[in-house]
Amino acid sequence: MAIVGKDRSSPRFRMNRRVLTLILIVFTAYAFLPLYYVTVAATKSNNDLFSTFGLWFADDFNLWQNLHDLFTYNDGIYGRWLWNSTYYAGVSAIGAALFGSFAGYAFSKFEFRFKRFFFALILGAVMIPQTALVVPIFLLLTKVGLVDTPFAVILPSLVFAPGVYLMKVYIDDAVPSELIDAARIDGAGEFKIFFQIAFRLMSPGFVTVLLLAFVATWNNYFLPLVVLNSSANFPLTVGLSNWYQVATVGSGGAFLFSIILAGSLVSILPVIIAFLFMQRYWQGGLTSGGVKA
Amino acid sequence: MAHTQAVAPPRIRSRSAGMSGFVRAATPYLFLAPFLILFVCFLIVPLLFALDLSIYKDTMVGGRRLVYGQNYAKVFADPKFWDGILLLIRFAAMQIPVMLGLALMLALILDSGMVWAKSFFRIAFFIPYAVPAVIAALIWGYLYGPAFGPFTQLADYLGLPRPNFLSASAMLPSIANVATWEYTGYNMIIYFAALQAIPQDLEEVSAISGVNAWKYAIYVKLPMIYPAILITVIFSIIGSLQLFNEPYLFRSLNPSVINTHFTPNIYAYNLAFTDQQFNYSAAVSFVLGGVVAVISYIFMLVAGRRGEKR
Repeated sequence: MAIVGKDRSSPRFRMNRRVLTLILIVFTAYAFLPLYYVTVAATKSNNDLFSTFGLWFADDFNLWQNLHDLFTYNDGIYGRWLWNSTYYAGVSAIGAALFGSFAGYAFSKFEFRFKRFFFALILGAVMIPQTALVVPIFLLLTKVGLVDTPFAVILPSLVFAPGVYLMKVYIDDAVPSELIDAARIDGAGEFKIFFQIAFRLMSPGFVTVLLLAFVATWNNYFLPLVVLNSSANFPLTVGLSNWYQVATVGSGGAFLFSIILAGSLVSILPVIIAFLFMQRYWQGGLTSGGVKA
Repeated sequence: MAHTQAVAPPRIRSRSAGMSGFVRAATPYLFLAPFLILFVCFLIVPLLFALDLSIYKDTMVGGRRLVYGQNYAKVFADPKFWDGILLLIRFAAMQIPVMLGLALMLALILDSGMVWAKSFFRIAFFIPYAVPAVIAALIWGYLYGPAFGPFTQLADYLGLPRPNFLSASAMLPSIANVATWEYTGYNMIIYFAALQAIPQDLEEVSAISGVNAWKYAIYVKLPMIYPAILITVIFSIIGSLQLFNEPYLFRSLNPSVINTHFTPNIYAYNLAFTDQQFNYSAAVSFVLGGVVAVISYIFMLVAGRRGEKR
């Protein structure tokens, strides 16, 4: 049983396999180029950045010095940004995944008035330009005195509409309605059923949404850029881009380059590591989202 | 619910019937409430607030004045806004086909079962998606840069003229490259998942009729993942028209090319936070939202009609 040209022993198959794998290798090189570059650059002193070839290491291995400078420059503000990013993304992700699970469970396992309307409304929200929301959110937060506080980033980030959709699709498959009915007949309360029976079954979906929401907040730029003013509250994205703009525009800012490159490397590692360790989850999550949509 | 009541054994009836009925009816709303309350506070209310903003005008004399559609009329006649839209249409026309074409090709290759190290490549392609858009732009900014960018160094070494990635004519392709780098892997994963869902027996049927692997990929697999392709095109259009991060960051590299109204989102941002024109900025955002909706709708109409013909 095989498509013509898929017979593994045929010379044509082996030829095809070589060509196709080569295409994948070329694209891998493209995908890794900036990551490789930032890794190499983070090990160089500022002078070596200018005087040595960008895609290979300098004789002088300066990574530890750069990291030391990164975490001490400007009273160690970078460490503060790292903590802020972790804090904003962590709290937002837990909230978004929990509330997304509740809502997804309601959409999956209950019939109620306006169900279709609510679901369409939440799905439609994906279409609204994020930036169209951020300016009014800024003005409203100003009125209630929440601008330039962690809440200004966390509260809007809790509204993670894809999480509701993914959880609904996941719960449809993973939590059998018969099981819920059986628990009801045994007299279990609705919330007990959710936390003690359904939640365990939906936990892979929960972890997927947790991961995606974490990355969405960690990587967000526009919202924190608008709603935060003081450097001490910035997440990594806003802090690093500020340094970058100072370094490129001002003539005296070039000494920042090696710190910025080391800071970029440090800022992307946690998310890449999270993706590598949790591939089972995001691959599954994107699958259910993509195929059934 | 009535069904559940009917089969319920006497035990359940021993609980207070009225109370339990009320709890039953309220349960889905209670599960929905946390998300819905936040959804209203941070999505519906801001939208309504922006709508309200957009029909007023703040004047030095006389203060806040209701002007209805005046701000919108101004947006429709504002060349700065339409320049941004035209730029993004050019951007989308060059970036989306390249990105999705690449993603589709990579997904078909991975799904063909004809390559080594499949799962390594799948993860490798997805990694750029984990990098924040601004950090990606920042790193590419250094790669493009004339000061110590490796491309400039290579050109110098080979005695070739230095490439200028940030000139007026090259800026848009340079930004498109950053976006392609970031999102190709993400789209590939969606295509790959859709391809994996195609039943195996289709391959066997095709094999009997002597179809080769290329024809099988193009005539059998591609039409089957048509819905996934539609979705990625729509999301790419929505994303392209909201372009902000990359040009905002590149502005410091060449401010003469990336002006304060380079894209509509940059324009709205500058109107609000540089010029303090919140009312006009809100109107710009709404017209942008309208343009996004219209373009997505036209695309769906065209794509839907093509889908029916097949």
